[in-house]
Amino acid sequence: MAKKYKKLRVSKHRVILNRSAAGDTGITIMLVILGLMMFLPMYNSVITAFKPAGELAITPPKLYVMKPTLKNFIDLFTNMNQTWVPISRYIFNTIYISVASTFGALLLGSMTAYSLSKIRMPGYKVMNNLITWSLMIGSTITGTYNFIIYCKIGMLNTYAISILPVWASTLGLYLMKNFIDDGISDEMVEAARIDGAKEFYIYWKIAMPLVKPAWLTCIVTTFQGVWAAGASVYVWSEDLKTFNAAVAQITGAAATNAGAAAAGAVLMMSVPIIVFVVNQSQIVETMASSGMKD
Amino acid sequence: MQDTAVKKGTKPEKPKKSKQPVSRKDMTRAQYTWSEMKRTKAGYFMVAPFMIMFFIFTVFPVILSLLLSFTSFNMLEWPKWIGFDNFIRMFLDDDLFITALKNTLIFAVTTGPASFLLSFILAWFINELPHKLRTFVVFIFYAPGISGGAASIFMLIFQGDIYGYANGWLMKLGLITEPILFFQNETYIMPLMIFISIWTSLGISFLSFIAGLQSIDRAQFEAGAVDGIKNRWQEVWYITLPNMKSMLMFGAVMAITGAFGFGAIVSQLCGTPSVNYCAWTLAHHMGEYMTTRFEFGYASALALVQFILVFGANKMINKMLAKVGQ
Repeated sequence: MAKKYKKLRVSKHRVILNRSAAGDTGITIMLVILGLMMFLPMYNSVITAFKPAGELAITPPKLYVMKPTLKNFIDLFTNMNQTWVPISRYIFNTIYISVASTFGALLLGSMTAYSLSKIRMPGYKVMNNLITWSLMIGSTITGTYNFIIYCKIGMLNTYAISILPVWASTLGLYLMKNFIDDGISDEMVEAARIDGAKEFYIYWKIAMPLVKPAWLTCIVTTFQGVWAAGASVYVWSEDLKTFNAAVAQITGAAATNAGAAAAGAVLMMSVPIIVFVVNQSQIVETMASSGMKD
Repeated sequence: MQDTAVKKGTKPEKPKKSKQPVSRKDMTRAQYTWSEMKRTKAGYFMVAPFMIMFFIFTVFPVILSLLLSFTSFNMLEWPKWIGFDNFIRMFLDDDLFITALKNTLIFAVTTGPASFLLSFILAWFINELPHKLRTFVVFIFYAPGISGGAASIFMLIFQGDIYGYANGWLMKLGLITEPILFFQNETYIMPLMIFISIWTSLGISFLSFIAGLQSIDRAQFEAGAVDGIKNRWQEVWYITLPNMKSMLMFGAVMAITGAFGFGAIVSQLCGTPSVNYCAWTLAHHMGEYMTTRFEFGYASALALVQFILVFGANKMINKMLAKVGQ
């Protein structure tokens, strides 16, 4: 058995994984090309917002700005200050609705995910299946019947209609459950139980810190959904509408002013982007050191 | 020996039916379930708030839709039970449905796997980058998903006149002599739509792959290196993939649902209906019966067919994913 073993390379007590230079280069090139392609749509909408009126009229549109200007944004804000409801009300609505719906959804979802994954009470399989199936149903069909239900409960034109349905979303829950299934071993939960911990304590103090990437991913996606759905058709009172809806109304009304519309679009996408960037920078590599695997 | 002991003892043997059984063997199935339910009652309390919302806002509408798919219903009159007529009509008396079904299946088998693979490969490549750079690159790739207004740039690129970028370049290269009306030409619409939807497909499954990759224990990779894994390609097959199977499943569900619900971007770019219904999908068909013709019973039946397709595709993918890493 004279099999030759390649010598392991080690640095600072960590094994250096085998990586070929050719593979690294190939991956980098591919990422750069695809990255440019992916980024193009967003790049375009950002530069459009900074184009003066003269440049917006050029055909074909240039992919760069010759004389960047902030006039589009100033136009947008002057328009906004003339709205019937003060702009601060829109901002308050947005913050209230996004925070309430995102955190409510995450709290309820993660609690459910933990119970279905680790407590496994009788009937958990049925609930699991229902949740998985619900992901496969298109939103076109439920939308209309949901309207009937909102009507019957009397939820139309309230804050609740922007918040409660988000709490019932299964996407984050399913994601969270996958993370708990993969990342937390039954043995660890069992050990905590034997030590006398209550289920809620295990969920909050032991399971949740271990699935931080799941939390962060869910926050990004849920928030983004809530933000994009800001202009709900079920809400018509002006003082219940979100900032997002207000911007959409203004840019829609000012259809002739393409610059202000582009500025509005940039303004609207900037918030989910900030949330996303802050979030992603929080996801750290140290997941592995905090838990034990089976 | 034992028998005599019992007879002599002051206490007779306890009857087998005690009030509180101790082991699984003493209990009937119902009793066992009940005891389990009592043991895990904390779980029910934790699930309850979500489940109440879930039943009101999702399960109930779906059941409603399921029932209505066997009726003729226009929102004004009470639904009329017509049995399987909706389904019969779909396959025998609705040419447009057959077109929609065909197009949807084409979109599903192309964009579904392609977007899934693209999401995974990119997530994996990005995961190989150093941490600081990674956040930035994830942002670059996920940006179109956030910004949403992807349609405008494609309008610009594939504009029908000579000022569109694609036409401009193709004419400069001498491949075509006159501009192509990309969004009005039956031969180009389908491939173009597939291409664009793959382009903009990096959504939640991409993010979940990134998060899944990052939660794999580094010790496993090190153990793999000790055990003789030679390069990253072996590593991904034997260590990475099996470790994130449930994330892959999630990505697959998302990709399949997205692919079968395909339609929004077609409406944005080519209008509804597209020229000669050449990119008409189930989503369009359903939307039309729902919002224009108000035939809710038929629309519900269409939704049921769509659900069955998605469900079948998922079962298939499930079987395939079970083979990963072997």
